[in-house]
Formats: sequence, C-alpha cells, structure tokens
Amino acid sequence: MENNKKSKFGKYGGQFVPEVLMPALYELEESYKKYKEDPQFVAELHDYRSNFAGRPTPLYHARRLSKEYGITIYLKREDLVHGGAHKLNNTIGQTLLAKYMGKKRIIAETGAGQHGTAAAMAASSIGIPSEIYMGAKDIKRQEMNVYRMKLLGAKLHTVTSGSQTLKDAINEAMRDWATNVETTFYVLGSIVGPHPYPAMVHDFQKIIGNEAKKQILEKEGRLPDSIIACTGGGSNAMGIFHPFLNEDVELYAIEAGGSGLKTTKTAALHSASLCVGEDGVLHGARTKILQDKYGQILESSSIAPGLDYAGVGPELSRLVDCGRVIADNIQDFEALEAFHELSQLEGIIPALESSHAVAYLKKADDLGDLVIINVSGRGDKDLSTVMDTRI
Amino acid sequence: MKHIADAFKRDKALIAYICAGDPTPDATTKIVNALIRAGADLIELGLPFSDPIADGPTIQAASQRSLQAGMNPDLFFDLVKTLPQTVPYAVMTYYNLIFHRGTMTFAKDCRNHGIAGIIVPDLPPEEADELSEACKKYNLDLIHFIAPTTTPERIERIIQSSSGFIYLVARLGVTGAREDLEDHTKSLIQQVHTDIPKAVGFGISNPQQAKEIINAGADGVIVGSAIVDMIARNTEDINKAVEEIETLTRKLKRGITG
Repeated sequence: MENNKKSKFGKYGGQFVPEVLMPALYELEESYKKYKEDPQFVAELHDYRSNFAGRPTPLYHARRLSKEYGITIYLKREDLVHGGAHKLNNTIGQTLLAKYMGKKRIIAETGAGQHGTAAAMAASSIGIPSEIYMGAKDIKRQEMNVYRMKLLGAKLHTVTSGSQTLKDAINEAMRDWATNVETTFYVLGSIVGPHPYPAMVHDFQKIIGNEAKKQILEKEGRLPDSIIACTGGGSNAMGIFHPFLNEDVELYAIEAGGSGLKTTKTAALHSASLCVGEDGVLHGARTKILQDKYGQILESSSIAPGLDYAGVGPELSRLVDCGRVIADNIQDFEALEAFHELSQLEGIIPALESSHAVAYLKKADDLGDLVIINVSGRGDKDLSTVMDTRI
Repeated sequence: MKHIADAFKRDKALIAYICAGDPTPDATTKIVNALIRAGADLIELGLPFSDPIADGPTIQAASQRSLQAGMNPDLFFDLVKTLPQTVPYAVMTYYNLIFHRGTMTFAKDCRNHGIAGIIVPDLPPEEADELSEACKKYNLDLIHFIAPTTTPERIERIIQSSSGFIYLVARLGVTGAREDLEDHTKSLIQQVHTDIPKAVGFGISNPQQAKEIINAGADGVIVGSAIVDMIARNTEDINKAVEEIETLTRKLKRGITG
C-alpha cells in the first residue's frame, strides 16, 4: 500500500496504529475537513471560544519583568482561559466535532488532569458523556483535578498498567478506542498521536498565535524578535508558533530538563525529547522519543506534570531538525525560581509548565528586544507541589 | 527453516502465541516443546515492548514479566535459535523495536535465527513499505491484519500486500480470552476472498470457538491469552503450566481438525 505522504511532517508523523483504528482515522480526517469549513460548526466553535472559554485572551505587557531583564516582554495570557489553561481551545474543538460526527461518548487521557478537566468541561457544556483515563500514580498526586473532573460529570478510569502515568493513560485510552471505535471519539490532548491528530490539534490551538500576532502589531507596531513556549507534547508551543513560522521571529521550544539530562536503565530524569530524544515510533507517530538502546520507551520525569512525557509532536521534531524552532530545556529548580519570580514581579502565578518558558529568560543568550512568552496555564493546581519543594 | 506456508499445508492450522521469556527463557523452551508435542502448527513468539497498545491485561502482564526478567531483542534471537525447527515461527512485536534495530537488520536477524514471519500490530500497510522491502529481501512473510472495521476496499488492498497468512481480528478491541464468538466474526471470514490462508485471533480460548471458526471457512485459529493465562497462574511451578498448556493445545487441535 502506498505510503501516506499527507500524514507526514518530513519523515515524522504517520499512522502507526492497529488496523482496527485505521478506518476511524480516515473517518476523522474526512469529517474534520468537512466541518472545519461548515458555517454552522465554525459559528458554534466561535461562540464557545468567545463566551465559554473567554477568548481572546490578553497579551499583557509585563512591565516589571521587562525592567528586570532590560527588554520588552509580553505575556500571552492562556492562564485566563476557562479551566486555567490553553487545553480547552482543543477540547472544545474536538468535542464539538464529536457531536457533529454523531459520536455517543468521548474519551480522553490525562497526565496532570488539565486536559482531562478541559475535556470534561467541553463534554458537559456540549452535552456528551466523557470518560477520562488517568494513571494511578497521577491520581494520587493530583487530588484536586481528580475531584474537578468528577464534579464536571466525567467518569474516571484508574490506569494501573506500566508506569501508571500519562503514557500508560494514552495506551489505555487507545485500547478503549479500539474497543468502542464505532461510537466513541478520542479527544487527544496534544499535537501527538497518529495523523490527523497533530495537524488537527495545532489547528485548534493556532488561535493563540493568531491573536498574539494581531495584538503585538497593535501594541508595538512590529512582530516580536522571539517567542518562548514550554513543550511537553507541544500543543501550546505549536499553537503560538504556527502563524509566525514564515516570519523573521525566533521560536523557542522549552522542554523539561527535570533534574538533569541523565538516564537510568528504565527512566529518564527529564522529559527533553526534542533536546536529546532519538527517532522512534510512539503512540501512532514517528517522532523524537526517549528510549533505551533497544527501543523500549523510558519513563520520563519533570516537576511539571504537563511536560512529563517521553515523546513530542512530530511537527516539532521536524521544525527542530530543520532549524526553524530552537529546542532547549529548563531544570526543575530553574522552573521553580521562575514560578516565584513571575508571581512576585507581576502578580501572575504561572503553571509549573509555563514557568519553564519564563525561566528561559535567564538562560537564553540573546532573545532580542521584544519577546512574547506563552503563559499556557495558571499555577493554582501546582501550589501543593511547590509548597512541598520550597527552594 | 520452516516457512509460514508449511503450517497450512496438511490441515487447518493451530497457531499458538506466547511471550518469549515469560517468565524465563527456559520456561519458553519447555512451553514451546509442549506446544509442538500437542500439535501446534505455527508458534508466534512475542518480543515484549514497554507500551503494547493492542494488548489486553493478560499479554500486557506477560510482557512485563518478561521485560522484568531481562528479555531484550538480542536475547530473544539467541533464544529462538535454540528452539526446535520442526514448526515455523513468527515474531509478534511493536514497530519501535524493529525500527530501532533497523528494519533490514531485524529482518536479517529473523532469517538467521529461524523466524519465518513478522507480525506488527501497530504497523498498518500504509506504513509498512520499509519493512516489506526488508522482508522480501530476506524471504520472510509480513503478516497483515484485517479487523471488523476494515472496509471492503481496504480488505482488497490488504490482501494485495499480504503473504504467509492474513490475521483476521475476531472482535473490536484488544487481545484477551473470551468464551463467546461474535456473529460478525463469521461474516468477516466469509468476506475475505483469497488463496492466502486466513487465521482468526483475538478472544479465542476454547475448542468450541475454534471449531466454529474453522467451520465458517477459516484456515487457522490463533490462541494467545488463554495459553498465557496458564503461565500467569503458574509462574512458580512452570511444569504445571506446561501440563495445562499441553492439554489445552491438544483439545484445541482436536477442535479444529476433528
């Protein structure tokens, strides 16, 4: 059978899934193509984005932070999206698509519970039952989000296989999807997974960049020199980068350096797939992944649960290889410093994930004079983690 | 070395799956010998992967037992080389392990160690060009799947790119032993028209199911989780597992040939 070129970003991407799911991926691709041009779908999505999610989000001139670093810094305030993170941009889009496709239930995986919460919110507002897969270890350390998801009416499945974290939650969600593929829509949380997910999720997230581009032109009359975004799977990064790909703007994807770029026999002490990962196939796509010398997937690690993943979106792997996006990483302690810094200088408590992007201000050599940082989420969910690890 | 086609030459084929190295390489050798004694025509050996998305709890647990005992692709090929070459063997594994070793190297290692076919549950034909080429070069069969969701048009295309046998997936979802047989399994068997042998797997655990599948027109039956369950229950007393597996295999074989 001919290789499916349109599903690829250079050599990355593709559809490495069991045969049982292939027809569903074709169905999804066709439905998405159809409905994204459908006036009713577009209008409904716009209404949810404006009146439910709270878009557009502000582009805020962080005056004190700017003064501290001697450059002009703007913050794209995705922390103000309903639910507290950019995740809802995607879940609203996919869940609405599920409704238009006539699916009877949605499923989603979640690591920290942010995507699970956003999926549950989208599902209850759109009126479709949701079931969320979450690793047993994550359930223990994310009590508040677990309760939020239940409160929102989602059914929670505890995943006890493998490392009991995000990658196992994705495995289990894919198994559910294979079993219930005819009635179920899988709402995948990042620009990962088989085609068409990476392209579809970047489409739903590129509203971040579209708004930011318009806003910075209004405020500064020019495009920024650099944009910084934290990167786990990479949806907030790809969302803000996308409209700038063909502009003269440096794009920085900042991964979780954890406690250093080291690896034990079965685990990485970080989640820096773009920085030190190798070509491989995980969760339906060829991309850069963390693996051992035989190709077994390593457990990843980060203080920020939303970055704690052994893979990354195939599109970002491609953009890093061809030099368009610069990948770097920030360790746990640096992210914690930035968490405190932004809280104290700007009155904004960033998510630990977004703190990695903020921390890059200190690490970077030269970001130019005008910088946008994507504050992908707010940090309320991380308070207990931060209290436990005072620096 | 036996070829995949040899398994289907004499009669309807019983295909048995176990995860190599579960719980130890020695146990695998004993179990393979029992499977052969009891009449298995083809043996699928799982090369365990950390993230087996097409497998249910039984085979996930087997993969973990094997990985924890230290199984890896190098040891896998060493082990296969010591097994009796009186039946053909196929390796069942996930694509990243093949991709990471290099498709050509993996295929060559299969050829040199007595593996005649490769089964990759997360590699649809769309992504299989590279491995197909490697299989052709080393005269191996790359086994493709047809699922209950596969459209008639896809069925034709999959048949075109198949050799050895075609793996018909009996039900939606993942691997795991079941007692019943779904009606659409039989209609799926009848929908697939080809001279290439058709073998049915996913959820087949007893002789009655096996018999019904053969009567519906299949050329072979694949049994995995039911066998692996016997290993899981007897990891401390592998001789007991061997005994149970031999008995089940004989019954299954009678179910499909008797």
